[in-house]
Amino acid sequence: MQAIESFEVPAPPKVNYINAQYGLKSWLLTKDHKRIALLYLGSITFFFFIGGIYALMIRLELLTPQGDFLQSTTYNKVFTQHGIIMVFFFLIPSIPATLGNFLIPMMIGAKDLAFPRINLLSWYIYILGGVVTIYALLAGGVDTGWTFYTPYSTTFSNSYVVAAGLGIFINGFSSILTGLNFIVTIHTMRAPGMTWFRMPLFLWSHYATSLIMVLGTPVIAITILLLAFERLAKVGIFNPAMGGDPVLFQHLFWFYSHPAVYIMILPSMGVISELIANFSRKNIFGYSFVAFSSLAIAVFGFLVWGHHLFVTTQSVYAGMIFSFLSFAVAIPSAIKVFNWTATLYKSSILYDTPMLYALGFIGLFTIGGMTGLFLAALGTDVHLSDTYFVIAHFHYIMVGGALMGYLGGLHYWWPKITGRMYPEGWGRFSALVIFVGFNLTFLPQFVAGYLGMPRRYHAYPPEFQVFNVLSTAGASILGFGMLIPAIYFVWSMRYGRHAEANPWHLPGLEWRTQSPPPTENFEVTPIVTWDAYEFAPREETEVVGKFGPEFERT
Amino acid sequence: MSSHAAAQDVHGHRSLQHHFENMEQQREAGTLGMWVFLVTEIMFFGGMFLAYALYRTFYPAAFASGSNHLDIKLGAVNTGVLILSSFTMALAVYFTQVGNRRPQVLCLVLTLLLGLTFLGIKAVEYHDKYEDHLIPGNLIPGHAFGPAIQEEGQPLDHHKLHLLPGATVEKVEMFYWIYFAMTGMHALHMIIGAGLLTFLIIFSLRGRFDPEYHSPVEVIGLYWHFVDIVWIFLFPLLYLLGRHYH
Repeated sequence: MQAIESFEVPAPPKVNYINAQYGLKSWLLTKDHKRIALLYLGSITFFFFIGGIYALMIRLELLTPQGDFLQSTTYNKVFTQHGIIMVFFFLIPSIPATLGNFLIPMMIGAKDLAFPRINLLSWYIYILGGVVTIYALLAGGVDTGWTFYTPYSTTFSNSYVVAAGLGIFINGFSSILTGLNFIVTIHTMRAPGMTWFRMPLFLWSHYATSLIMVLGTPVIAITILLLAFERLAKVGIFNPAMGGDPVLFQHLFWFYSHPAVYIMILPSMGVISELIANFSRKNIFGYSFVAFSSLAIAVFGFLVWGHHLFVTTQSVYAGMIFSFLSFAVAIPSAIKVFNWTATLYKSSILYDTPMLYALGFIGLFTIGGMTGLFLAALGTDVHLSDTYFVIAHFHYIMVGGALMGYLGGLHYWWPKITGRMYPEGWGRFSALVIFVGFNLTFLPQFVAGYLGMPRRYHAYPPEFQVFNVLSTAGASILGFGMLIPAIYFVWSMRYGRHAEANPWHLPGLEWRTQSPPPTENFEVTPIVTWDAYEFAPREETEVVGKFGPEFERT
Repeated sequence: MSSHAAAQDVHGHRSLQHHFENMEQQREAGTLGMWVFLVTEIMFFGGMFLAYALYRTFYPAAFASGSNHLDIKLGAVNTGVLILSSFTMALAVYFTQVGNRRPQVLCLVLTLLLGLTFLGIKAVEYHDKYEDHLIPGNLIPGHAFGPAIQEEGQPLDHHKLHLLPGATVEKVEMFYWIYFAMTGMHALHMIIGAGLLTFLIIFSLRGRFDPEYHSPVEVIGLYWHFVDIVWIFLFPLLYLLGRHYH
């Protein structure tokens, strides 16, 4: 906290959303978006832990070339379950359901989301989906890969495909309801003066995310439902033995699951936009470009699913179009990266923990995005398809991108959420450990994959061992790095320094109310007369000269 | 902007939820929410329409054969029933908006009855298909797909499946799976709609709706019309496509 002047507040505000009511019932039946966000925070942390254990098992098995820790059948289940839990129960709800839920009403000056009861319902649906999925894991597990490709999943697999599919189907409705709530809230609940172009970029990215949730999720729902019927009742539209087309399943699956990648990364990009602008103490460079690039990613994201089918019977001409469109997604992504970098230029950067995550994000996301272009190119993809190159690529996006944004955002808004500061020194230390651990885990996988190591096998030729040893070592460091925030976040809830209303000295609406906020968020409905990242009145910045008008919004 | 006094009145409405500023905002949120939900429904049914389009292109003869076996009269009657129910639903919304309670309740009850009529006729159709062994796969355990085939020169029996040249029983089974998946999902939406209408009838009997607060009727009306429109697409695609196949 050096560099920023800070004012100690002796005690937290008397009445806030946490102590307004007590008892289990007041939490389980709450309609307060902030409490629901905390319910989500607890449950996704639980699922992250389970997914992490599977990751640990994968890395342990791959330490040696032979299958000594797990046999092939168990290994198939372990990587499948790692994928299912991490994708559907951690990454997709991670930022939207916790930070988004907590902050969207606060950032637009509303008392709650448009549909508080539906918000609570979405959490119960999430829990129900989670319980069904955990049943599938305990009863015997699933071994199809998180992609559930037919006809293996419908005809040949001897595992709990239907139960796991049902869990994902149920969970999908939680995601749909969250997206619906966000869209309606952003449209109808903005405080007076909060125009679309005064909204923080976090809201733009969540709006784009919600569009994908609402448009994409129903497609995976019907697909998984048809798959379950096909498996149970021996009716077939995906089964080639009955005249069905398994590639249709892949089309339908990726029509959701590719945009789902943007469900994971867009909210994180929103967090990063907040962090970059606020910790450089400067208006974001090209506000409207960053805002519209989120929408562009959402739109393009729906048109590129075919790049997962380059090695199927999909026609080469379709492949060429999908390849071209996949390259096109790089444009809005690059706009963001360039604008973040331009924001940093000649600004006064504060290297607090959230900013460390944001800076890490820019580098990792760039690597993840660029390697995506290798896979979007028709020729190279044939070589790289189903290798560790793919694994490394999407972990750079999902862990290096989505998870870094999540952790950065969690640190940044922790004082607002809990009213306590996390320990800054430990925060910076763990951010560095996580960054190093992450790169050590996944950089070697690019090489191993390029040299031909296939994904989804428990054993591999000995020449790949050096990469796997590096990777497992990195994963250990990464896991250790994750434990540090887990410990100090819990610690800080009781022993952390009390946070003032605006610990970072920022203009956003969420900082203009006490920490933790009251149940109604604001004492009076705010009237907004300033832009999202307006750090000082324009006249003042011109006199001081540091944030000159040339860096104002384009 | 309405006058200050009017705004005060609106603010005090008993159905205003605490987090909305006024009834107008609450109504707008409810309506937009339903429209967004209907978009998700379009995508949900869209997956099945895609499967339909694909296999209709792959196996036109089998699809026409299966389609010819559907009861076009019952399907047409059901189409009429649903269009009529949409009309009574629209009237119910109108009478709620003008605050005329008796016709409002009457129209809601009529809509519900028409909806139940549709479901009843659908049940008769499903039963006919059951009798003719046209339920695909093991959807009903122990009652596998196996229709009697109409042979050339035999006396015409409308319980037997007439296979057009190029059609196979296996592909007709796929038509029937798509038929049951689509109409079954549609019927499920009708059942949910009937439940929502029951709730509307109870609340309007209790006098909960008035010109200030009518968005539940309006929003459920939107849902009802949407479910009708799905059927408007299903009827020609499933029932009529065999008629012109040569």
